[in-house]
Amino acid sequence: MIKILYFARLKESLGKASEEFQLPYQNFTIASLMTLLSSRGETWGREFGQGSTLRAAINYDVAREESILKDGDEVAFFPPVTGG
Amino acid sequence: MPVRVQIEDFDTGAEIDHMRQSRMDTGAIVSFVGQVRDTNHGSDVTAMTLEHYPGMTEKALEEIVAQAKGRWDIFDALVIHRVGKLQPTDQIVLVVVSSAHRGAAFAACEFIMDYLKTEAPFWKKEQTSAGERWVEARSSDEVARERWNSDINTYKQ
Repeated sequence: MIKILYFARLKESLGKASEEFQLPYQNFTIASLMTLLSSRGETWGREFGQGSTLRAAINYDVAREESILKDGDEVAFFPPVTGG
Repeated sequence: MPVRVQIEDFDTGAEIDHMRQSRMDTGAIVSFVGQVRDTNHGSDVTAMTLEHYPGMTEKALEEIVAQAKGRWDIFDALVIHRVGKLQPTDQIVLVVVSSAHRGAAFAACEFIMDYLKTEAPFWKKEQTSAGERWVEARSSDEVARERWNSDINTYKQ
């Protein structure tokens, strides 16, 4: 299992701040996860589908599309940051 | 701790004084304060809410400070960033950097802010007379960060 967190605008559009997720197979990547999430419905497709501007992190470090997930990871998706 | 994320306001003068007196060989202290504006994209902003990713935020800020220390001969760097609900003229962020001479402190302070704006997981939501809206990231902030990758800005002092 991994934990997925959603932040800011994304958390509101999905109506969800976090969830537990069972990795379906070994070497499952951020890109695979985004493809799977994008198939959940219209809002999910718009956020995670083609042309998504979302950023991802694994265990507090910035992740890439090809980053591989493993059990126990905390994965986060969020829009480009706007602090400062 | 060189990095603090907090709801409470901060006292810029007290933080500068503290850094000033912590080392006798400090010759320069540069500080930056960011504050809430009452206008953005042509509409009135009545309040702002700042969300962040606890844990990753602190780690990202610490890494940015570590990078600045690796690039310039600075003595100390402090970053305080507020979260929660803020009003126009409220302080949002403070960066204070000390060094022997001003060049390194000026450069490191600006570097820390440019990286904070593009790397640290904070998000602003504005309350305006027309309703609430999430602030969109600005491409000019990406440009500001990218210029640190050119050799012109990588001098050591």
